[in-house]
Amino acid sequence: MNPVAPATAADAKPILELDGLAVSYFARAGEVPAVTGVSLALKRGESLGLVGESGCGKSTIALAIMRHMSGSGRIVNGTVRFGGRDMGGLDAEELRAIRGAGIAMVFQEPMSALNPSMTIGRQLVEVLTHHGMMAEHEARKRTAEVLADVKLPDVDRVAASYPHQLSGGQLQRVVIAMGLLARPAVLLLDEPTTSLDVTVEAGVIDLIAGLRQRYGTALVYISHNLGLIAQVCDRVAVMYAGEIVEQGPIADVFGRPRHPYTAALLRCIPVPDADKYQRPLAPIRGTVHLPQDRPPGCGFSTRCEHAVPGTCDRAPIPLEPTQDRADGLVRCVRWRELDLREKPLPPAAFERESTEEMLLTANELEKHYPVPGEGWRAVMGGERRWVKANQNLNFRVRRKQTLAIVGESGCGKTTFAKVLMGLESATGGQIVYQGVDLGALPVAKRDARLLRSLQMVFQNPDETLNPSYSVGTQVGRVVRKFGVERDAARVRGRVRQLLEMTRLPAAFRQRLPRQLSGGQKQRVAIARAFAGSPSVVVADEPVSALDVSVRAAITELLIDIQREHGTTLVMISHDLGLVRYIADRVVVMYLGQVMESGTADQVFAPPYHPYTEALLSAVPVADPTIARTRIVLEGEIPSATNPPKGCPFHTRCHRKLGDICVNVKPPEHRTGDGLHRIACHIPLPELERMEPVFRRGRPAAV
Amino acid sequence: MGRLIVRRLFYLVVTMLLASVALFLLFELSPEAVVVNELGPYSTQEQRQIWLEQNGFNRPPHERYLAWLSRFAVGDLGHSRLFNVPVAQILATRLGNTAILAAFFFAALIPLSLSLGALAGMKEGSWLDRVISFICVLTASVPPFASTVLLSAILVFSLALLPGTSSMMDGFSYRELIMPVAVLVLYDFGYVARMTRASMAEVMMTPYVRTALLKGLPYRRVILSHALRNALIAPFTVIMLHVNWLVSGVIVVEFFFAFKGFGSLVLEASLAKDLHLLEACTMTTVVIAVCTQLAADIGYMFLNPRIRFK
Amino acid sequence: MTAAPQEQTIAAGDEESRSRGLARLVRAIGLLRESRLAMLGVAIVLFWIVVAVFAPLLAPFSPTANIRPMQPLLSVAPNGGRFWLGTDHLGRDILSRLIYGARTVLIYAPLATLSAYAVGIMAGLLAGYRRGWIDEALSRLGDLVLAFPALVLYIVIISKFGASGFNIILAVTLASGPGIMRIVRGLVLDLSGRAYIAAAQLRGESALYVMLVEILPNCRGPIIVDACLRLGYVVVTIGTLGFLGLGLPPPNPDWGSMINETRQFALIFPYMVVSPCLAVSSLVLGLNLLADGLREISARD
Ligand SMILES: Nc1ncnc2c1ncn2[C@@H]1O[C@H](COP(=O)(O)OP(=O)(O)OP(=O)(O)O)[C@@H](O)[C@H]1O
Ligand code: SF4
Ligand code: SF4
Ligand SMILES: [Mg+2]
Repeated sequence: MNPVAPATAADAKPILELDGLAVSYFARAGEVPAVTGVSLALKRGESLGLVGESGCGKSTIALAIMRHMSGSGRIVNGTVRFGGRDMGGLDAEELRAIRGAGIAMVFQEPMSALNPSMTIGRQLVEVLTHHGMMAEHEARKRTAEVLADVKLPDVDRVAASYPHQLSGGQLQRVVIAMGLLARPAVLLLDEPTTSLDVTVEAGVIDLIAGLRQRYGTALVYISHNLGLIAQVCDRVAVMYAGEIVEQGPIADVFGRPRHPYTAALLRCIPVPDADKYQRPLAPIRGTVHLPQDRPPGCGFSTRCEHAVPGTCDRAPIPLEPTQDRADGLVRCVRWRELDLREKPLPPAAFERESTEEMLLTANELEKHYPVPGEGWRAVMGGERRWVKANQNLNFRVRRKQTLAIVGESGCGKTTFAKVLMGLESATGGQIVYQGVDLGALPVAKRDARLLRSLQMVFQNPDETLNPSYSVGTQVGRVVRKFGVERDAARVRGRVRQLLEMTRLPAAFRQRLPRQLSGGQKQRVAIARAFAGSPSVVVADEPVSALDVSVRAAITELLIDIQREHGTTLVMISHDLGLVRYIADRVVVMYLGQVMESGTADQVFAPPYHPYTEALLSAVPVADPTIARTRIVLEGEIPSATNPPKGCPFHTRCHRKLGDICVNVKPPEHRTGDGLHRIACHIPLPELERMEPVFRRGRPAAV
Repeated sequence: MGRLIVRRLFYLVVTMLLASVALFLLFELSPEAVVVNELGPYSTQEQRQIWLEQNGFNRPPHERYLAWLSRFAVGDLGHSRLFNVPVAQILATRLGNTAILAAFFFAALIPLSLSLGALAGMKEGSWLDRVISFICVLTASVPPFASTVLLSAILVFSLALLPGTSSMMDGFSYRELIMPVAVLVLYDFGYVARMTRASMAEVMMTPYVRTALLKGLPYRRVILSHALRNALIAPFTVIMLHVNWLVSGVIVVEFFFAFKGFGSLVLEASLAKDLHLLEACTMTTVVIAVCTQLAADIGYMFLNPRIRFK
Repeated sequence: MTAAPQEQTIAAGDEESRSRGLARLVRAIGLLRESRLAMLGVAIVLFWIVVAVFAPLLAPFSPTANIRPMQPLLSVAPNGGRFWLGTDHLGRDILSRLIYGARTVLIYAPLATLSAYAVGIMAGLLAGYRRGWIDEALSRLGDLVLAFPALVLYIVIISKFGASGFNIILAVTLASGPGIMRIVRGLVLDLSGRAYIAAAQLRGESALYVMLVEILPNCRGPIIVDACLRLGYVVVTIGTLGFLGLGLPPPNPDWGSMINETRQFALIFPYMVVSPCLAVSSLVLGLNLLADGLREISARD
């Protein structure tokens, strides 16, 4: 039943084999079949990506390999063999010998994966001493070596630290070091970079790829991000609803997908060299089924564009080899007849918004937060220090356009949104909107008209709706509050309209937030924001907490509604891919300051600001036909309490000129009719000679 | 961390000052009440007037407060009408007795509740957990006043195993301590054990315990050096703060077993309306409370490296 | 994930949420039924409520009538009835006193708890939502009260103002209010960072609306659990005060005083003290079990 790949090389004997692995959780509501019959083989030194949307069973597979099931989980079928031995037949002691030494695992949240009250050094050393591999002092030496291998500076200090004393990026390196310490044959990585900033993530990804070569460890790399998988892995297995639907070499699977789901996923992510006008995203219809109500036959059949009733939804579909490529497998009855190559889409159905009418102007805007100082005087509230969350922000927002503010954590994006919305007051400068200075006008002082015209969509779908009230009540309250409608029946009518606008069934009016999925909650939040027909909507990372396919759907929804209503959108994001896709204009921020601003075309093509260049090169790209320059930044983002003098980026800049960057605030170059601004000491002509980060058509660089 | 300690010290002083103001307002504000209490209800108006004048009660309240406070601060707690000795003297004796009781209480409580709690929390939902948890709710539901009576009925009256009073008339006796300590521990260990259980169960669910297991460490080692260390931080604070709770419990058992300690002193002072004594007792409880609070905070800081190495 | 039935769309907004609240209650009880211990708790508490409500119908004698002293269990009364639990040293029927005692405790304990909650919730909402000096002032005040051991506080208050039902309610409010405030304040601090609070502010809702309508309902889980536990403590407190002779003035029967009055006879007539002990313990146990069950449910939600 299991079509394991035929041996091709001398050392082809797989180190790790899963055969028909099925795992269920036994919850109160009954059995949840999280993984149903997964077969995989991993050769020595190979790197396999496991990709799929949330809840498809990726983590469950990893934990089942380790035979660490939480209380309610159980392996109901199939075997896991490590080095030819069935892991199911091992006793506790044998299993312990394999855990950490034969197969090691790295988890998503490095901070919580480390014991907060034990030093890093001890947590690492005990791996070696408890496996009886070496004595304490040798173990300490080995630990120091491996910590140096993961490129941590000042190894002794790190070893003597407690987890909370290190940054997220450093901790992730520590955890990877812990995984590699005993030189396991297999390393399982479950979303190891998800909580990191893009530029830090790029560094960790590079590190993983490098270490794999050095240590010869086989990797199973789990991620929902197709781009990351493409960077780290040789082969990929695409999962949907507890089973593998397609498998094969990366370039094949992502370059020419055979399964409709893989193809659809690829159509859900933006490519770095096209925007919403050139290549609209194509969301997958419907939502993922819970494991317990998966449709019969093909699990994807309810959402597949190519589904044929009677063919697709009858018997379980086997995983078949695709003869035309090495090691390729696909689970679709129609794969032979389908042509899933991306077709060029009809020309953009709408016009570029090119008004130059200013709606909002930020003028030397500044927001400093006080933080308690240190020392004795601070106790009594004397001395104060400041976090400079926003400094000298200057930019304009044009009517009906989308302005994206992009930057990594701590760069002050959300602070700007809060000041704009009146949840915080500016400490200097202005934001002018229709002749009013919003920076000095907290919400409590804004009149109904102003409140109505400025609304917001928030990041976390789980916190955006009040869990105590139904969707209808919450949206209805806004309608009533803004005086759009007053009469109960008409309010209900308006709510229905709004739900319809966000493509939710009218019956959802009665649902409580916990009866909705993340994407649905975000739709309600959008309905709420648009209930009073605002003229500006600020969306703070509106899709970053969502799954790939949902993300595409919500992004498209936002674009559609914006266009219909002629709304101005201020989009805040750390995801350059998304920004490239959605924005007309872009502001790139770093540590509270604007590094570069201009139209999307200007910002995403040379001349770049060095930081923009680095950000762009860190964007994970799944498309194997796109090659790019790889720039990996050193170090971490400095704290905003104590930002570097001169150019804030100088501590990490790969193009740093020297002392001038350290000491002198960089000048602002203006090009492209003065609309494109770059704050850097490098002369403009030199910036203009930069290579574009992305190049299409050439084969992917490994 | 130094900052935090200074801050807590500052709060400690503020709380004590506020408490003294509250006590003053409650007991000393009206000279009339003071003098009636001092000279008895049958004193003449004239006697009262003279007494008030002699004792400076004609000054404005804030001056009286300051005078009262400075007397208090230097340890001049006044004279106890009930015992006819200086308040400081009887207070010291009684506090000493209760300290012995408290020492035995903690010596029994800590090992019992921590070990049971940790055992239950290790495997949440196991039968051991359920049995321990049920015992804990059950014992924590019997109020001390009921358990004194019930335990006495069984151990003292029916089985005649132990003495029914703890007045220690014939000198110090360990046997007489058993009943009061047993009652206090019985009511309280369930609470602390459940706290420990919750903390342990939470730690067992954390990713770092999973990491430790998947590193291939033996289960014993995971429990001892990864789980327990972190799980005991919360119960530590709870136990420290229990000194405050203990004062309440001690009042009941000392009353029932006629133990001559601080708890019965509070009760006697209030029943006899012995003002000076009651003031001193109340202030003592506040001092005990804020000091243990401070000790708990400092201990917490030392146990928790997140705060220690800030 | 079944779609909500579409036929119900007739209801207007408010009725909708009311019927939903009812449905939620039914569901919560349904969930409680999964835990046998929680159901035991519900049964015990309901039992005592029924006893308290129907006390005049259930009690065979007047609780204050001195009939025949020191009768043992099950002895026959002069009027032909039975002293099921015997009589005390003053000849009062213990069962009747127990039944009326339930009334006393189930009137004062919930009233006192409710009043403590009213104060604690308001203070907690204010401190947590307004922060700044209001928070600082309320928190310091709370610290002050919490620095007094609860029983000392009761003793001081009652020795100063005398023992009465009203003073007991007042004392409980004062002693428990700060603890409740702390809990609510913590919840509010956490919840007020949620986006739906920002959304309410962005549509110009008043602070009062945000506190009472947007925040408070989301604190209900922990508050209800805590209220059950606290109700138990208050029952214990009222009993303790009675036991120490500081409780409600006689002849009102209350369980603590019953124990206090008869404890010197415990050696010869243990039944006199055992039954009120069991009564109070069972009620507290019921409340604790109920709280545990509710906690489990709210953790699951
Ligand atoms: N302890 C559990 N009890 C019940 N169901 C569970 C449990 N853990 C996971 N599941 C269910 O099993 C399915 C697979 O979960 P799993 O965590 O393996 O997915 P995943 O692919 O790792 O998702 P993510 O990308 O969100 O990490 C999901 O439907 C999930 O809800
Ligand atoms: S089997 Fe049918 S429904 Fe499933 S992916 Fe293939 S075409 Fe689509
Ligand atoms: S000013 Fe210097 S440090 Fe800053 S971005 Fe330009 S080159 Fe880099
Ligand atoms: Mg996962």
